[in-house]
Formats: sequence, C-alpha cells, structure tokens
Amino acid sequence: MARLQLRNLEKDYGSFRAVHGINLDVEDGEFMVLVGPSGCAKSTTLRMIAGLERVTGGEIRIGGELVNDKTPGDRGISMVFQNYALYPHMKVRKNLSFSMRLKRRPAAEIEQATSHVSNLLEIDPLLDRLPKQLSGGQAQRVAVGRALIKKPQVFLFDEPLSNLDAKLRASMRVRITDLHKRLKADGQQATVIYVTHDQTEAMTMGDRICVMREGHIMQVADPVTLYSRPANTFVAGFIGSPEMNFLDGTFEGENSVRAAEQVIVLGDEFTKRISGRSEHVTLGIRPQHLRIVAAETPGTIKGKLTHIEFMGHEVYLYVDIGPKRLIAVVPSASYDRGALRDDWVWLSPDPKGVHLFDRQSGENISLAI
Amino acid sequence: MTDHILSQNTPAARDIDIVRSRETRSHRFSAALRYALLTAVGLLMLYPLIWLIGASFKTNSEIFSNPGFWPENPTLDGYIKGWKTSTPYSFGTFFANTLWIVIPKVIGTAISCTAVAYGFARFDFPFKKVLFSALIATLLLPNVVTRIPQYLIFRDLGWLDSYLPLWVPSALAGDAFFVFMLVQFLRAIPRDMEEAARVDGATTWQTLIFIVVPLLMPALISVCLFQFMWTMNDFLGPLIYISSVDKYPISLALKLSIDTTEAFEWNRVLAMSVLSLAPALAVFFLAQKYFIDGISSGGIKG
Ligand SMILES: Nc1ncnc2c1ncn2[C@@H]1O[C@H](COP(=O)(O)OP(=O)(O)OP(=O)(O)O)[C@@H](O)[C@H]1O
Ligand SMILES: [Mg+2]
Repeated sequence: MARLQLRNLEKDYGSFRAVHGINLDVEDGEFMVLVGPSGCAKSTTLRMIAGLERVTGGEIRIGGELVNDKTPGDRGISMVFQNYALYPHMKVRKNLSFSMRLKRRPAAEIEQATSHVSNLLEIDPLLDRLPKQLSGGQAQRVAVGRALIKKPQVFLFDEPLSNLDAKLRASMRVRITDLHKRLKADGQQATVIYVTHDQTEAMTMGDRICVMREGHIMQVADPVTLYSRPANTFVAGFIGSPEMNFLDGTFEGENSVRAAEQVIVLGDEFTKRISGRSEHVTLGIRPQHLRIVAAETPGTIKGKLTHIEFMGHEVYLYVDIGPKRLIAVVPSASYDRGALRDDWVWLSPDPKGVHLFDRQSGENISLAI
Repeated sequence: MTDHILSQNTPAARDIDIVRSRETRSHRFSAALRYALLTAVGLLMLYPLIWLIGASFKTNSEIFSNPGFWPENPTLDGYIKGWKTSTPYSFGTFFANTLWIVIPKVIGTAISCTAVAYGFARFDFPFKKVLFSALIATLLLPNVVTRIPQYLIFRDLGWLDSYLPLWVPSALAGDAFFVFMLVQFLRAIPRDMEEAARVDGATTWQTLIFIVVPLLMPALISVCLFQFMWTMNDFLGPLIYISSVDKYPISLALKLSIDTTEAFEWNRVLAMSVLSLAPALAVFFLAQKYFIDGISSGGIKG
C-alpha cells in the first residue's frame, strides 16, 4: 500500500546542493531510520518527503503515486517535529483533532478517534490542558498522537526525542517501536521514516538504517549488517562505540599489510574475502574485536599500553602502535590488571572483525563472502 | 522572643542583629522615598487630566476665578448644554460619526496588515526585498509631504466629504508601521506550528486564520489599540476631507464649539472633552494587559 520511493532526489539551496540525487526504497510497514552527522541533509530529505520543501529534481512516490506537486495535507503523511510544534493556543484535545476538524468529520467520529488515540498513548488525563502545561515527555506523546490520528500511510519523525533527557528517551524509544508493532498487528500498515543523529536510536529502532553523509547515501542495511559489514570507512566509523580503529597501510606480499611501522599478517581465511586489490588500504578493526595477549604470536600487533579506563562490565585499553593509538574493549572478567600494567602488549585481532578499505575511495574491499 | 534573648548572649549574633535591622531600616526608607517620588511625578503627569475633569463640573465663570480642581458648587450644566451643541446636531451624532470612522478603520487595518505581514514574513516572492524596503521607506516619509498628492487623488476620485479617504488607505495596509510591527512579531514565532498545520491539511488561509492569527493576537491587539486611539484623536484627516458638519467626528466638533460661540463656553468644551476621552481610556484599561504584552515581547516562549 504505502511504499515510499525516492528517485534521484535532489535539493539545491541557491547554489549549494544539499541533497545529491539519492535513491531509497522504503517497504510498506518498514521502520526506516535516516542517520548521519549534523548537516548531512536528513531533515531536508524528510521535509521534501513531507512536502514542506520543494524538490529541485527527482521523484518522490508514496504508494506508487508521484507526490512531488502535492500539498503536505494530500500526501497521506504525518510528521512529528523535534520541538513538538503543538498549537500553543489549543487544548490537547483540539491539537489532536485539528486535522479531522479541518476535514469537517462528524463530531462523534472525532470524539471516538481522539479517545482511541489518547488511550493508546496514555494521555487521556491531559486532554484539557494547554501545551504549556505539559512536560516534555507528555508533549512528545501528544505530538505523536496528533500524527497518529490522521491514520497516515507514512509517518515522518524528525529527531523527536532529542529534547528529552536520557532516561525518558530510552522509554520513548521503546514506546514508539511498540506502537509501530501494534499498528502493524492491527492491520494499519504504517511506514515510518525516522530521522536521528543518535546511532543508539538508529540501531535499536530501525528495521533498516540509511546512513547519510553530506547529501549522499552511504549505505542502507539492517542494523546487524551495518555493524558487521560496513560498506565504507564512513559507515564503519559512524556505527559502533567506541569508534572503529583505523590503520593506514600498504599491501606487502600476498596477505600481509604494512601499517604503523610493522607488518600485520592477515590470515588466509581473511585474504579470501578480499575482492578488489589496491595498493593503499586502510585496516579497520572494531575495539571489541581486539584481544590482548601477553606474548607475540603470528598475526598480532605490538603496542604500548598507555591508558586504562574501567567502565564496569568492560575495560577500555588505549594502546599506542607507533604514532597511532588503538582502543581495545575487553570484558572486565577476562582482563588481568597485574599482568599488563604499563607494558608492551600484543593485540590479537579477531579475523571476523577486521575490514580492509580502499584508501582512495573508502570502499570496503573485504566483503567478498 | 526566645530567639531574641538567645541571640543577645553572643556578641557576634548581636552584631548580626544590628546590621540586619539597620539593613531593613534603610530598605524601608529607600522604598518609601521611591514611592513618594513616583507618586509625586505620577500626580504631576495626571494633574491636567484631573483638573480637566474637575473643571468640567464648574460653571464657566468659576473656571477662571478658581484655580483649584475641586468645583465649589458642582453642576452638570456643561454636560447638558455641551451635549446639545450650537449646531442642529447633538453631540451624540458626532460620537456616532467618530465610531463610524474608527471601527471600520480598525477592522480594515487589522485584516489588511495581518495579511500583508504574513506575506512578507513567510513567503518568498519576486522583488520581496525591494517591496519591503519601499514599505519601510514610507515610514520615514513625513506625513506632510503626501498630504497634497493624496488630497488631489481623493478629489479626482470624488471621495471628498466622505469617509472613504479615511477608511481606504488603512484597509489596504497603508499604515506601514503596523505592518512592520506585525512582521517583526511574526519573525520571532517559529514556523513549525504553521508547518504542522500544513501537514495536518490546512490551506494557506486556514493556517493564517487558525494558527497565525491566534499566535499573533497580542501584537494584533496592540495594533488595534494604537489605531483606535490615533484615529479617535486624529484632527487633521477629518479636517482636510470632511466638510459637512453632519459628518464631523468629535475632534472637529470640539473645535466647532470653540469657533462658533463668541464668548467661549469653556465648561461645555471641557465637559465634551472629558466625554470624548472616555472611550479611549476605557478601551485602553480593558486591553492593557495584552497591549503591554504585544509591544514588549517579540514572540512567544517555546
Ligand atoms: N533554508 C536553507 N537554506 C540554505 N541552506 C540550507 C537550508 N536548510 C538547510 N540548509 C543546508 O542544507 C544542509 C542540510 O541541512 P539539514 O537541516 O537537512 O541537516 P540535518 O542532517 O538535518 O542536520 P541536523 O542533524 O543538524 O538536524 C546543511 O548544510 C544546511 O546548511
Ligand atoms: Mg535536522
């Protein structure tokens, strides 16, 4: 019913090109998260889908139908804004029913829909309050309710949780994904486009995630793929915390790379995964995929342990490899403080967690299997 | 009481007590001084008005013999005779005329200025910058300069001796100051609410009426109040365009009673002045809260 398709979508602000011809397909009922650093045109893309911003080029289709020239009200979408954008002079009840009153629906129907939505979001005690009498979380729920009451084909969210404190954000996250599942179960297929710059939100909420950078799409994939098979250095660095370790190097022989003043041997198994061959590469290893070993074995990287951060269930180890600093994250249980303090250590990368990127293009060239 | 006795035991506490009481005393003193000063200045400003009201109850001769504001033998003579006027029309006619000028003008101003300000604040159209600059430039133009060309235009249109020259410019957002005021106010209001309304399916006009106008209300009330008071007090406009006495507003009628009577019946003039002040004062006090909101705050809190 409500598949969303973007075809070569472009947006220029004067001479500045904010969106560079992106293509994206969002399936019916899918929860798609747009994520990326500030200024990467997530909001611009969302606002073009909403019809609040004119498109410069390309097509937007909702349910197969071209909507480029439709008004926001006719696109079958609803939107939740970052700062809620509740109508300050209307009570919550009127805020919720505004769209239905514009369409002159019968009073009984409006009443019924309002109570249904307010039940769903647990805002019935608030119906006779003004927006300024609500807390942030309550206002957020009203904003979601206002979007819900329209029974839209596509929900658009623009960083809806960024004004809430960490605890509330976590609970709203669950609430929104729950709501999405519930609507799906009720047969009201709701496609969601959710914009955020927070990778935790992206990873926990999205069926699929679209990572953007400077008006380009870098990768579209489900959270697991995004984490384990990043398409390029940007995605690899953006997803995951602490950030992936990168080492610039050059190939030396068949299966070893010279990086940070030592030769790192990539096992045969790893070498099979490499597709293209480039001279200059970047080695990417997630901190979670580095183990500390006390003695040199083939394939290990030698370094000097400089900092130790105890985080509770895990420990962050900062290891200097020549001029580069790597981070390793190890479980607290497996880490023996006495054996390691201020000493030379060897880092043993788990071959499954190692990626090789072409240094020029940033493409991941180790995804062959 | 116990507190006091205890605190006298230690020298340090006693010092604190002394300092504290000295502080409160100096506080009280400065507060008294402040209020006395404010009252004095306030009375000074209000005195002409108080005198006006007092004098309107005096007889004509007492006005000149008794400089105080309290009438010795109060009389309603000024009001009764003043209301009748020296023309065939009672003062009621002039009141009605004034309202008939003011009310359409205020309504026209509110509607036209809102629409124009909304356009300038929210839409992009060709030559927007130039047009807005032109609008602001008219603010700087002295009124006197435009009087004669305006008179000639309205004469050629055959609008002399009617209220049209007074109504029409305002109904076409001719008061640049009000447009400017509303534009500034609108710029401080985030657009999200209007965008939300558009997503909810509102047309541009529906957005204006259901969302923008309510948000704009404090500023709009100030605009109406300003226009109301300025038009009530406007003397030159009606003087230039209105020539038949039966169409005179209050401002001209007051002048009329000075002109026609040889021995000025000052008590009548004063009594009618008091009456003519009443509507403006009443409206101002009724809307005072919004009025101050509208000119002091540039928007709403998020
Ligand atoms: N009205 C505008 N005029 C000119 N440039 C704009 C306009 N709106 C956005 N931009 C530019 O377009 C780019 C994308 O902006 P956008 O607001 O979509 O970023 P974003 O990904 O939503 O960032 P954030 O996470 O900070 O909200 C930015 O470089 C921004 O400067
Ligand atoms: Mg944004």
